Amino acid sequence: MSGSQGPPPAHGACIIRTQDLCRHYRLGDTLIRAVDGISLEVRSGELVALLGSSGSGKSSVLNLIAGLDRPTSGSVMVEGRNLAQLSREELSHYRLHTVGMVFQSFNLISSMTLEENVELPMRFAEVERGQRQNLVHDALERVGLVARMKHRPSELSGGEQQRAALARALINRPQLLLADEPTGNLDSRTGTEIMNLVRDLNRQLEMTVVLVTHERALAERYAERLIFLADGKLMDDGANRSAAGEIKFQGERS
Amino acid sequence: MKLPDLTELALRNLRESVLRNALTTVGIAVGVASLVAMLSLGIGLQQLASRRLVKSGLFDTVLVTSRRDLRNFGREPERTGPAAGESRILDEPARREIEHLPGVLEAYPDIRFITELRYDDKPHLTMVGALPSSARSNDAFDGMQGSFFSSETAAEVILQKSFAEELLGKTPQPGTDGTKVAELAAPLLGKELTMRYAQRAVAQAQLSGGGNGGANGPAGDPAGKAQGSGSETAYSVISREQKLRIVGIAELDPESMRGPTRARVFFPLRLAESLHVMQPTDLREISRAAGEDPVYSSISARVGDPTQVQPVENAVRKMGFNTFSILDATRSLRQFFAVLDLFLGIFGSLALAVASIGIVNTLVMAILERRREIGIMKAIGASDADVRTLFFAEAGAMGALGGILGVALGWSMGQAINFGTNIYLKRQALPPEHFWSVPWWLVAGAIVFAFIVSLVSGLYPAGRAARLDPVQALRYE
Repeated sequence: MSGSQGPPPAHGACIIRTQDLCRHYRLGDTLIRAVDGISLEVRSGELVALLGSSGSGKSSVLNLIAGLDRPTSGSVMVEGRNLAQLSREELSHYRLHTVGMVFQSFNLISSMTLEENVELPMRFAEVERGQRQNLVHDALERVGLVARMKHRPSELSGGEQQRAALARALINRPQLLLADEPTGNLDSRTGTEIMNLVRDLNRQLEMTVVLVTHERALAERYAERLIFLADGKLMDDGANRSAAGEIKFQGERS
Repeated sequence: MKLPDLTELALRNLRESVLRNALTTVGIAVGVASLVAMLSLGIGLQQLASRRLVKSGLFDTVLVTSRRDLRNFGREPERTGPAAGESRILDEPARREIEHLPGVLEAYPDIRFITELRYDDKPHLTMVGALPSSARSNDAFDGMQGSFFSSETAAEVILQKSFAEELLGKTPQPGTDGTKVAELAAPLLGKELTMRYAQRAVAQAQLSGGGNGGANGPAGDPAGKAQGSGSETAYSVISREQKLRIVGIAELDPESMRGPTRARVFFPLRLAESLHVMQPTDLREISRAAGEDPVYSSISARVGDPTQVQPVENAVRKMGFNTFSILDATRSLRQFFAVLDLFLGIFGSLALAVASIGIVNTLVMAILERRREIGIMKAIGASDADVRTLFFAEAGAMGALGGILGVALGWSMGQAINFGTNIYLKRQALPPEHFWSVPWWLVAGAIVFAFIVSLVSGLYPAGRAARLDPVQALRYE
């Protein structure tokens, strides 16, 4: 595991932009407004945290950005493409090459070894077999799990599983890392370890990270910007202040 | 996803629920085995019947007769082509022409006549037939006691079993197999028969007086049939005797399909030709019969393959002759077996249809079980097509494996039943039979069919898996 941190990467152009994003569900006769008119922007190389209590809509927003779900209305622009207008095939291609995801419950495939789990996205991307071996090794080395590569997820601790999930998320070199409560199932020490790793990826690989969490302390410690959601609405996108309270993007938002 | 990755993942998934997938595969195997068993029984029975026909020696033979022969095997006279009176004579040039038709191996005159054979000073009347040397390879002579003719002109004779029984005065009891050939051969082989026959000899003198039979009385009625010669022609008929040595006794009836014209005594063709035996045509074609060139009552054209029988028959008919082949007689038999095979196939397929429901069930269960896994795969970039083909591959792998196992099972069942039946036949003192046949096309066809049925069964589950909403699937515990 790399311990080097370095400064946050310089932020580039806007990589994610949502406009009046809505995701409504119908549950019987009730209309649930999981995401209700959210407009936000994330710049390339940023590490932002979506904060909110349970049911605030933060995971729904993340799923929409990940291309796992489609908005009821509004748009999600990632790298200039409106995900709402992509076909199912284009969305899966987007998930394969542009996005890496980690989840609270790790979501490794239990019947596969770590090596096979990490290799799986490359099978879908049709990467040559010879090349895959090296890339898997490099990815597992980055998260410090080379020695455990032949183990199945059930033989690993929660922290190790999440590190493996991180290795899998970055195997196809995505520009976006979307982490949905990545420390939710971990103790605080292991959670810190994982977050250090996420920050390293952000800084070393200049990967844009969107972190969903309900732990404000964690978010404040690692994220450069906090976006607050409540009842599916944007409360504060933190565009005018950093986690540390500094003014960010001054002059860009009026 | 590339094919090797797809195969690897599919096999991995199948191994994960090994018991359930194995049971499904066994279900397919039983279905395929039942299909293979039913069809191979049908094919085996058909082959058994065909073998019987082939052993007649006529399966690959086209019998050519002149249209002038109005007897024509009891069939309707040909309505197309020249009328009987104007049609061609079946003579040596015609024989050569037939022999040069594509697919024809040889064409030889079909010499057969009813005559008296004396053995042990007792007369026996029977049909005598001439055989070309190529008849040596005829299956009918497989179980023969003794040997085939030593040469094409040897004064030798092969007896059919029933005639040998007649010579020895052993009448077979109805419903039994009669005396064994070996028992008949022992007292007969090497013995001599005397054949009496009517020889047609060209008359030395041309007769000058019309309507006067003269010395050649019985056949000497020119009746104005002489064409174009302007003079009257004649030939003499001389009663001759020929000693023939018995060299073989054949168990099977080489001419069983000839019906009433089948011969029970055979002698070499070249010898038969040299004897100039009176033929029925000699009277009708009297103007030619007096000449040196023979006129044949019928010609047998042997073809290389039974499939060539039809084209050869067509070509010969076009030449203006009548034809008859055993394929005519087997056509209805083949139709019967086609219907039988169809029904056996339908019954066999029912088991496979049940097995295919098993595949659907297994895969639908697998979707429920692997719902979360499908969600994960989609989240990390698997397309709908990836998920669909993965389920297809699993269905296909079960189908192919079930197909291979099923064919092996069906084949083993066939072998076991063949074995058991032959033990039974042996106890009944009957010759062994191979009535269960699994041809290679059935092996390949059954596996491919099982594979296709599995893929079709996988259509619904694979489509359902591909359409799964990843967000819903990831929430599934």
